[in-house]
Amino acid sequence: MNIEKSFFLRNALITSILLTTLFSFTPFGFTFASDDTGEEFNPGDMIMHHVTDAYEWHFFDIGDTHVTLPLPVIIYSGENGLKIFSSAHFHHGESSYEGYRLDHGHLVAEDGHEFYDFSITKNVAALLMGSLIMIFIFLSVAKGYQKNQGKAPKGIQSFFEPIIIYVRDEIVKPNIGPKYERYLPYLLTLFFFIWIGNILGLLPGAANLTGNIAVTMVLAVFTLIATLFSANKNYWGHIFNPPGVPLALKPIIIPVEIIGIFSKPFSLMLRLFVAITAGHIVILSLIALAFIFHSVIVGFASTLVVTFINMIEILVATIQAYVFTLFSSMYIGMAVEEHH
Amino acid sequence: MELITPGFGLIFWQTVTFLAVVFILGKYAWKPILNALKEREDSIEDALNAAEKAKQEMAELKAENEKLLDQARLERDKILKDATAAANKMKDEAREEAGKISAKMLEDAKNAINNEKKAALSEIKSEVAVLSIQIAEKLLRKNLEDDNTQKSLVNEFIKDLNNN
Repeated sequence: MNIEKSFFLRNALITSILLTTLFSFTPFGFTFASDDTGEEFNPGDMIMHHVTDAYEWHFFDIGDTHVTLPLPVIIYSGENGLKIFSSAHFHHGESSYEGYRLDHGHLVAEDGHEFYDFSITKNVAALLMGSLIMIFIFLSVAKGYQKNQGKAPKGIQSFFEPIIIYVRDEIVKPNIGPKYERYLPYLLTLFFFIWIGNILGLLPGAANLTGNIAVTMVLAVFTLIATLFSANKNYWGHIFNPPGVPLALKPIIIPVEIIGIFSKPFSLMLRLFVAITAGHIVILSLIALAFIFHSVIVGFASTLVVTFINMIEILVATIQAYVFTLFSSMYIGMAVEEHH
Repeated sequence: MELITPGFGLIFWQTVTFLAVVFILGKYAWKPILNALKEREDSIEDALNAAEKAKQEMAELKAENEKLLDQARLERDKILKDATAAANKMKDEAREEAGKISAKMLEDAKNAINNEKKAALSEIKSEVAVLSIQIAEKLLRKNLEDDNTQKSLVNEFIKDLNNN
């Protein structure tokens, strides 16, 4: 407990120093940029730009130069087939390429035809990177168990072991019951995907992956699928023939129960999306204050507050991963619960 | 509006990537990790159970030893008691036997003495009779050496006879 606490404190300290350094510099950069071009600073655009997906990974601006990492655009359409090219061809949305152009950050076909967009956007890149980090971490942890077989855990293994055991014993086991082992791989992956995704999203310049509704939707749908496919007679009985409900009320209760099947994962999707995106918006709004007031003092004050909010966000990152996994376990638990 | 519109590409990549991560981690990370954890927990529980069992066995063994010791003690006491009793009995028997033998010997001795006494007495009697006869003979011979004496005696006898 003590070790974990000190680890957490050390991490928080490093994070706050990094963030303070970063956010103390960026306001000046932005200020100069807006001063030089004479553009009006629009906090809404700046915030939306940071929390939404993009076809390029934007790091920072020096004067009029955008420092970005162009990402591959992958398009499939019935007319043109598969097309793969770099997003650098769009020149930050200023020019069109191969009949496609960016309209306010959205990819559109110039002749208006329908197409499927499989582009590696900023969020997809962050997703792939996060997944690789996750695979690397947990394969290392698994290797630790092979190396220290029957011995005390070491290194990264001893950091993740209590968390894995916590997820297993405190979240999954009590909520699902005796059949918990089948769902453990999914729920452990879910927990660490959200947790690591949330924390990576807090890094300066990172993508808002777990605060994207597409990502949370897919995760919620997986939980819905897991629930529906493991649901037993007892579960369906409670929905289509609720016990102890008078016959006259059944036409009302049954539709409510059916809506309930979908409202549960819907709430999962919205909760994670809102919690993470709202946190990012709060931080970005506080930073925007410096540009609105054109003041270094305000910038300094907001940096202090942002550092504090960032620490809360680290907490929120963990809580949201916990909550998503907890509710997923509860929904699956309801589906596999035997009749008492 | 853009915030709450899920992008098609991201849905696709998220589905594919997440499934891949679940599959890879499920096979190469969660399975060995969870198995190792379970194995370790089982081995700890087994060790604890074994220790508890050993403790119980030890207690049982100790109780059994105590019982055996008690039994041995009882047996020893019994053997001692029996031995004492046997010894006493033997002593008593020996004493009794000795008494009997001495009594018999005394009796025999008495009988022998009596017999000897009787034999001696009867011998003495016969000896005395012989001696008496011899004496009487000698006396008679001496007394009847002269005729006067023989006459007086015959007279006497006749007188006696007359008197009768």
